[in-house]
Order: sequence, then C-alpha cells, then structure tokens
Amino acid sequence: MADISANFLGIKSPNPFWLASAPPTDKKINVLRAFEAGWGGVVWKTLGTQVKNVSSRYSAIDYNNTRVMGFNNIELISDRPLELNLREISECVRLFPDRAMVVSLMADNDRDNWHEMIAKVEDTGAHGIELNFGCPHGMNERGMGSAVGQDPEIARMVVEWVMEKATIPVITKLTPNVHSVVPTGKAVVQAGTNALSLINTIQSVTGIDLDTLVPNPNVAGQSAFGGYCGPAVKPIALKMLTTISQDPVTSRVPVSGIGGISTWKDAAEFMLLGATTVQVCTAAMKHGFRIIEDLCEGLNNWMDEKGFATIYDFIGRSVHTITKWEELDINYHIIARINQDKCIHCGLCYIACEDGSHQAINLAYGKPYNTYTVKNAECVGCNLCKLVCPVDDCISMEEHRKGAAYLNWQEYQKRGLPLNDH
Amino acid sequence: MAIVNNRLTAEEYAAQFRDIHPPFENREAALVEANRCLFCYDAPCIKSCPTGINVPKFIKQIATDNVKGSAHTILSANIMGAGCSKVCPVEKLCEGSCVYNLLHEPPIPIARLQRYATEKALSAQWKLFERKPSTGKRVAVIGAGPAGLSCAHVLSREGIDVTIFEKENKGGGLMTYGIAAYKVTPEFCEAEVNYISSLGGIEIRYNQELGKDITLSELQQQYDAVFLGIGVGLARPLNIPGEALEGVVDAIRFIYDIRSKGYPAVAVGDKVAVIGLGMTAIDAATQAKRLGASEVTIVYRRTQDEMPCTAAELDIAKLDGCQLRFLSAPQAIQGDNGKVSRLLCRVMQLGEADASGRRSPVETEETFTLEVDMVIKATGQTPFEMLVQKEQLQHRQGKISINERCATSLHGVFAGGDCVNGGKEVVDAVQAGKDGAQAILAYLSASS
Repeated sequence: MADISANFLGIKSPNPFWLASAPPTDKKINVLRAFEAGWGGVVWKTLGTQVKNVSSRYSAIDYNNTRVMGFNNIELISDRPLELNLREISECVRLFPDRAMVVSLMADNDRDNWHEMIAKVEDTGAHGIELNFGCPHGMNERGMGSAVGQDPEIARMVVEWVMEKATIPVITKLTPNVHSVVPTGKAVVQAGTNALSLINTIQSVTGIDLDTLVPNPNVAGQSAFGGYCGPAVKPIALKMLTTISQDPVTSRVPVSGIGGISTWKDAAEFMLLGATTVQVCTAAMKHGFRIIEDLCEGLNNWMDEKGFATIYDFIGRSVHTITKWEELDINYHIIARINQDKCIHCGLCYIACEDGSHQAINLAYGKPYNTYTVKNAECVGCNLCKLVCPVDDCISMEEHRKGAAYLNWQEYQKRGLPLNDH
Repeated sequence: MAIVNNRLTAEEYAAQFRDIHPPFENREAALVEANRCLFCYDAPCIKSCPTGINVPKFIKQIATDNVKGSAHTILSANIMGAGCSKVCPVEKLCEGSCVYNLLHEPPIPIARLQRYATEKALSAQWKLFERKPSTGKRVAVIGAGPAGLSCAHVLSREGIDVTIFEKENKGGGLMTYGIAAYKVTPEFCEAEVNYISSLGGIEIRYNQELGKDITLSELQQQYDAVFLGIGVGLARPLNIPGEALEGVVDAIRFIYDIRSKGYPAVAVGDKVAVIGLGMTAIDAATQAKRLGASEVTIVYRRTQDEMPCTAAELDIAKLDGCQLRFLSAPQAIQGDNGKVSRLLCRVMQLGEADASGRRSPVETEETFTLEVDMVIKATGQTPFEMLVQKEQLQHRQGKISINERCATSLHGVFAGGDCVNGGKEVVDAVQAGKDGAQAILAYLSASS
C-alpha cells in the first residue's frame, strides 16, 4: 500500500484530501463528522466581519441526466459569531490532533484588523491560515474577497500585514476572476506567503427561470452574481494551476489545488500539475462526507499500480508536458480508424466530421445501418470523431508521422516548408 | 363445456384489459430515457419506420422540454402517431433497429416516448397544424381507417375539402375495431379521430358503405378525386370439414365484438383453439383467455422460426397462459349436436422453402385431437374481392392494383393501405394514405 499522507509546510494530514472553506466546514458538528469519515483536513469556513446571509443561496447546472454538473452560490462568509467559531475550532483540533486544521480569514482592509484576527486564530491551535482573496460575491462589493485578489498591489499589502504577525503557515487563496492568476500569485509570494491555493469560485449566472424570467438563485424576484464551482470548472482550475506551477516565482511555494474535484482521478490530475494537497467542496455538498473513502482507496490503488510510494513521487510530474504551442511537434500525425466490429452505426462520427471538421469520414448507405470509414488522406487527426463516439475503443487514433524528426513551428517557418493548400 | 358471455365481474374485466404498455409516470422518467438517446445521424430508427418519423429529433425535443415541437415532429410524419405508439410492433421496426441493441443494451423506448409527447398533444388539444385556405377542390375518401384519415389530413392541410365515407359508426378502422383492447381503448381511438378531424375541412359521414349506400361512379362524378382506403375483410376460410359448426368464429369478428359491444357481451368457450400465429391470432388468443376461457391453444402449422407475429407478441400469449402447438395443421372440426367439440389436427414437418422464403409444412402420418368448444380462425384476412370486382377495379385476388402514383385503373380513383397490400401494420397504412394524398395533389394540380 502506498503512503498517501501529506506534509504541507509542516501541516500534516493522513491523506491529501481537505475540505475547502465552505458550508461543510462552518460548524463543529460538520467538521467532526468529516474527520470521523476520514477527511485529512479542513479549511474552516471564512471568518471575518459579521455578516448576514440571504435565502435562497445556491443554484446549479444540470447536464442531461446529471444533476449539479456546475454549482453556484451567493452565500457570504460565516455568519455565526466569531467567538463561537473560534471555540469550536479549538475543540476540533483537540479531538482530532492528526488532521489538518486551516482557518480561512477575510478581515476588513486594515492592518490592525488582520493582526487581531490572526492572533485569535492562532490561539485556537489551528495549524495554518488561508487568506480568502477570492470570494466573488457580496464580500467583493465591500472591497474584500476577490476585490483584493484582483489587484496584485492590494493583495501584496495585505499579505505583508499578515506575515508581520503570523507564526503559523499562511496560504493565500487566489481568485480566477482575472485574466491570469500569476500577477497576484507573484505579488503575494514576494510578500512572503508560505503557500498558494486555487481556484476560488468563478463569477457566474447559472441560468434564468424561463417562467418567472428571474435568474437563479432567486431571492424574492432578484438575483446576484454567484461563485461557480463543481465539475464544470475543473479544466479552468487545472489551467490556472499549471501557470502557477510553471512560473519561476510562484512555483517556489506549495499549492493546495481546488476546483471541481469529485473523484480520486481529479485529485491525481491536480497533483500531477503541482498541487500537494487538494480541497473538495461541491462533491461533498452533493454526496456527503462518505466520498472520502473512494478518494483515498482510488488514489492508493492507482499509486500502487504506477509504482508511486508517496504522493511526492508524482506531484508536479506532468507540469513540463504542457508547453507553448510553438514547441509542439508538427511532424506528429495521427489518423482515426473505426473498428467495424465495434461500430454501432450511430453516425455521430460522420456528422461531427462532416459539419464540424474535415469531411474525412465516408458514409456508405445501408438500410437500416450505414457503414462509416475514414478517408485517410483527409483525416487531420483532430480527435473529434473519437470524442463523440459512444463506444469505448471503437475509434482509435493511429500514428502515421509526417517525418521522423521532431519539428516545431518556428523551425518549420525557418525552413520555409509548405503550408496547407485547402 | 359451453360458450358463454359475462364470465367475469366488471373489476376483473378492467384488470384483464388494462393498458399493457403503461405510459411514463412523470416527466423525469421520460427524460431519463430521452437523454439516453444518442441522437444518431441518418438514424436506423427513422429508416425502420414506414412513415419515417424523425425519431432522434422528437426525442431530443422531449429532452429539451419542447414537447409541443416533439408532438409536431411525430404527427407531421404520422398523424396517427399517438395510436401507433400503442399498437406498432416496434420490436421489429424502430426499437428493433436502435443501435443500443448492437451494444446489447435495452433500446430506447421509442414508442413510450412517442406516447408521452402525443398524448399531451391530444389531451391539451394542441393545434399543431394550420389548414391552407380552401382551394374549392373536393376529394372523397372511403374508409376512416388509418389510410383514409392520414390521406384526408394531408389533403385538408393543403386546402382540399375532404369527405370521408365510413361504413361503421366510428372512425379509426382497424385501430378501433381490430386490435386487442389492452393496447388501445375505444375512447382513445375516438379521441384520436376527433383530434385528426379537428384540423377542419374533413367531414366524416358514418354508416356509409361502398356498394350499399354509395357507389364509386357516383363519387367520381361528385368529387375531383376519390381515395379508397377500405381495408380488408374477414378471416380466410380454413376449407376444412366442420367450419359451419356453432362455435367456429372469425378472429376479426371476435375482436370487433370485443371492441364494439364491450367485454361482458362477448361469449367465449371454456377450451378455445386459435388457428394461426399472426398478430391477429395473438390478439384473439390473449383476449379469449382474458375474457375467461380456461384453456387457449394456438395451433400453427409451421414453427416459431416462421411465425408472422413478433417474439414480443408471442410472449404476451405465453404470459397469458396460452398453449402453443407448432407443426400442427387443422384437418377437421368435429361436433356434437351442431356444436364444436373437437379439433382434429395433423402433425406437420418442415420441407423446402416456399414462395415466402419460409420452409413449408409437409404432412406426416401422425394426427392428434384437441377437445375444444370454440375455434377461432386467424389465418390472415381476405380482401373485399366481390366489392372490388363489382366496382370494376383492376385487382389481384381482390387486392386493388395501383401504379407508382397510387392510381387505380379507374380515372381519378386512388387507393392505399390494406386494400392494396392485403393487410399490413397501421403504420404502413398511414404512409399509404400520405402517399395517396401526395398523388392526388399532383393529379389535381395537373388537371386544373
């Protein structure tokens, strides 16, 4: 059995799965249930100025038969009394000393306020602090949350205040509501943050009720931009994580990955792109804390199969494989092949290629079943047919190199090689 | 042993004849199946539907909550799409060709989804079609069955004024009178006919029989064109001794009585033999059982491999407890006091393939006797040969001959459906009605 424990700046957890700062980490009762279920750590729901929440708070995107493919919320930071939260945090730390306890903070934008909050959190025995520079709804209207994360200089200033006071590790959580997470990431690393976490939620409107004509979630006939998360945002989070892992400044600190992680596979992907731990929220909100069992077992089995003894054997392993487009090998060429024994004649590959790509699939009429074959000369190897095919391994992409040597675009241009003539 | 009616209580009849293919319970249940549809391109299910309903499109429309659009997609190809969703042998048509079969997974329940959309259209009386302004042209349609109604609907949409002459006092034809009651109810059939004629421009005159109340020559004079959708008649005679005994009945008549007189009125024997294994034989056998017969035996001279009914239909008969005697040909019906008491059968074996491509049954020396008090004949229907002859229509053994433009040998007279093909599915008749209407439209525009 592989060792899946994590050591994040000295914050130890028996597994790399933490619950993200959110409703499931708002109270002692939830957090104890999570620890009993086996979660490695929690980031306590953000503490800060006293707020009041509205009803309703959530909405979702369903896709065909799948509920909550994307999820959005307009809930603010914890609306419980600060003292109650602090007391419960210390009780949880005492009851589960082997689990990571990180407390999310969002103070008003002045130094004293931050210093006061940090002192109070450290008194609880918590192991780390996460700075919420990402909340894109409500708090940002008051100059906090994503309003801080969107401006590298404000973020730098706040982190400097925090680092003056903090004696436990500080993680800065980045907002994706920017053209790039790197400028703020750089600024806060230079200001001394010990680690980064990303992504927070993406500002969104999930949809409009076509009867009432009011967007979701509906609060007495009105709505507000909410923070989008869940499986739908994973690809965006992975991209942003990659940019942090590749930047020479931001890659100096460890990262806790967040954004649509629902399964051990998602987690492994975040870790391969540089995350040391991962944080989960939507999947736990949908299914409850019991999902931790398969997260751990699945990751463990995969690591055994791949021969990884610890998580450090694969963290960041895929970062270097994402390059600039200009470095890709133009001589690499693949052609689709349809396995006629597996083909069910649905025609999805044909119409996708015909209308959406390169007219590289031939249709031989049959009643009721047509036969589909690839026109090798026309196939550009785009993957579209394989992606839309409903049968596993029916369409395979076979390698037919255009030339033996590696050849990238810059070199291609230099040599004056021919462009397409169609 | 006796042939008696009123064997069951009202509750028992209701239970025996309840809907065999119940609809989806709710929207979510329909969406789960609708979302399974792969939305095939040039889909096999479309090609396998005689009316060419755009199945993936109507299912996608259910999935997007565009049920009105879905009903329009179905009904624009098949105006009896609601009834067909209940009576089509989909296991050999659309659902039988669904690509999920090739994945060894259950096919999309196309009929049930079609019912979901079309039942909403009927119950909400959605006005999905607009009739063009009247052209002043008039067409007579004979027979308010699937072919006639389908033809009338297409014609009326194009502004033709249609008069349908129907010999019964209700429309729907075989749908109303010739199909097992656990598939469609008389109330549904009536609602479907009313929905079709609600387009306007279609007048149905009931109790008007060709050859009795009206003649073709009159109609040819009074109308710009005539469409014959008169269907087929009673069961083919067995031509064996004892056919005239009391207790020998015709399957079509038997089913007609169930549909038109109600369950308690229809008498059924204790021990019933049904001759034949087509769809009608199944409908007769299962309904005899459901009316209270203690034993029903289906006698068929070939084997299961050659049977005309589908496997799904055979399963209904088996689940109802009907017995099956394959390779058995009736030789004689014997009786006591003029009433059926025995069916003498000869055991057959399979020989060479015949004209239908199926191996033909050959007699053996062996015989056996079934103790029965009722024999239902269901070995195919016979066309109205006398009538067709009398109206001087060119025909082949009573089946009206038409050319590729659906025209008969008489000027301005067109035909389609069972009276031409000898008896196929409802959905085939609907398509024949569409084809006839297109041919008539072309004829009318050429002659004006």
